Amino acid sequence: MQDPIVSITPEQVVGETARIKAEGYRFVTLSCVENDEAMVDILYHFDRNYQMTHLRLTVPRDQPIPSITPVYLAAFLVENEIQDLFGLRFEGLPIDYHRTFYLEEEVREAPLCTYAVGEIKK
Amino acid sequence: MPKTIIPFGPQHPVLPEPVHLKLTVEDEVIREVVPAFGFVHRGLEKLVAIRDMHQMVQVVERVCGICSMIHAMCFCQGIEEMLGLEVPRRARFLRVIWSELHRIHSHLLWLGLFADSFGFESLFMQLWKIREKILDIHEATAGNRIIISVNVIGGVRRDLEPEQMQWIKSGLTEVERELKALENTLLNDYTVKKRTVGKGIVNQNQAYELGLVGPTARASGIAQDMRLLKYAAFDELDFQPVVERDGDGYARLKVRLREVHQSIDLIRQAIPKVPEGELSVKVKEKPEGEMVTRVEQPRGELVYYLKGKGEKFLDRLRIRTPTFANLPALVVMLPGMHLSDVPMIVLSIDPCVSCTER
Repeated sequence: MQDPIVSITPEQVVGETARIKAEGYRFVTLSCVENDEAMVDILYHFDRNYQMTHLRLTVPRDQPIPSITPVYLAAFLVENEIQDLFGLRFEGLPIDYHRTFYLEEEVREAPLCTYAVGEIKK
Repeated sequence: MPKTIIPFGPQHPVLPEPVHLKLTVEDEVIREVVPAFGFVHRGLEKLVAIRDMHQMVQVVERVCGICSMIHAMCFCQGIEEMLGLEVPRRARFLRVIWSELHRIHSHLLWLGLFADSFGFESLFMQLWKIREKILDIHEATAGNRIIISVNVIGGVRRDLEPEQMQWIKSGLTEVERELKALENTLLNDYTVKKRTVGKGIVNQNQAYELGLVGPTARASGIAQDMRLLKYAAFDELDFQPVVERDGDGYARLKVRLREVHQSIDLIRQAIPKVPEGELSVKVKEKPEGEMVTRVEQPRGELVYYLKGKGEKFLDRLRIRTPTFANLPALVVMLPGMHLSDVPMIVLSIDPCVSCTER
């Protein structure tokens, strides 16, 4: 990607997002990318005057990720989507569907996750 | 007054696609909205694991039932940028023509559905009658009415003959004339104004805060149009984003109506500039690395994130559709509104639910 990507740690997520918001950026979306069995990348995409900037958070897939919904309300949809599709967990998510955003309550698999999470249906 | 929870959808006469809204009402005034999704989720992003990048063009065309061509264009554009391919100039202009035709048919579809949402059915039928002309052009030039498969990685797979371009121009003149005849009703009719003016307001700050895109953002005074990124051949065409300031249902109607005329103008500008030349370039390399690419869909900014690992199968494809960005607006638009305004307000953001869930 030609646009800048800054790598951050889980402790920096909320602070960096708030800084980006203060600089006048619009929230675009998050992308979840599986790196391997243990680690995932969460990419945070922002835009200002047609210029994008990205944050990259690399975390173990069983570690909760701080939610940025308190900073950008618009993020609640995509954070819930990632919880459903990849079985990750966002901590401090004010509007939390608890993995029923797309899925039914009884579903225990994350459809886009290559590696099994949670309880697998027999 | 005690609070009542009313379920709206997922099946509702006014909704073209299933989405569920849990409306908390006091008397008939809405106090809170909680949306629910997942009725048409297909997991199309996962198909990158078993469909190679050339086959994925046909898959992404099916993400959205209305703007198939623009999805494929965005996907191809992303791969082309990753590979550093120079798309022939003729192909870039043909992409503009087909994508703007798509925008016209999508906006006419929306204008009709919007009229239907407040019960103006004759207006709905007149607008869809006009839309048929665009669908005829799609069918004659690309072989299908809605899902038109013209994009390939490296260019386009179909050409437009000079006679076809003249026919498109005369078809657009007819569309313009017929739409002008309806304009007075659309903009000045008592029913239309009574049901849309001052309803579902999002102001400029809220729109920016919520990350709204496309006509929904432009109706709230944000002059943001991804065509200004100058992809395809938009760098050689002259246009400005259509902006309204009121941020209500009526403003969103005006933006889309004016954008139909803007798209007609863009096609008229593009046709005389279409150069002779190749339609596509050969693709030999395999994409490696990451790419975020964006185009303007009829509903707004469409974002594709692509990750390649040097194979013909992509590692990851992520699609952020414009409706996904516009849905949070409902949480702001609906509270304080009357229950009878819900269909009009939901329709005013032009929700494309299959697209959103992919």
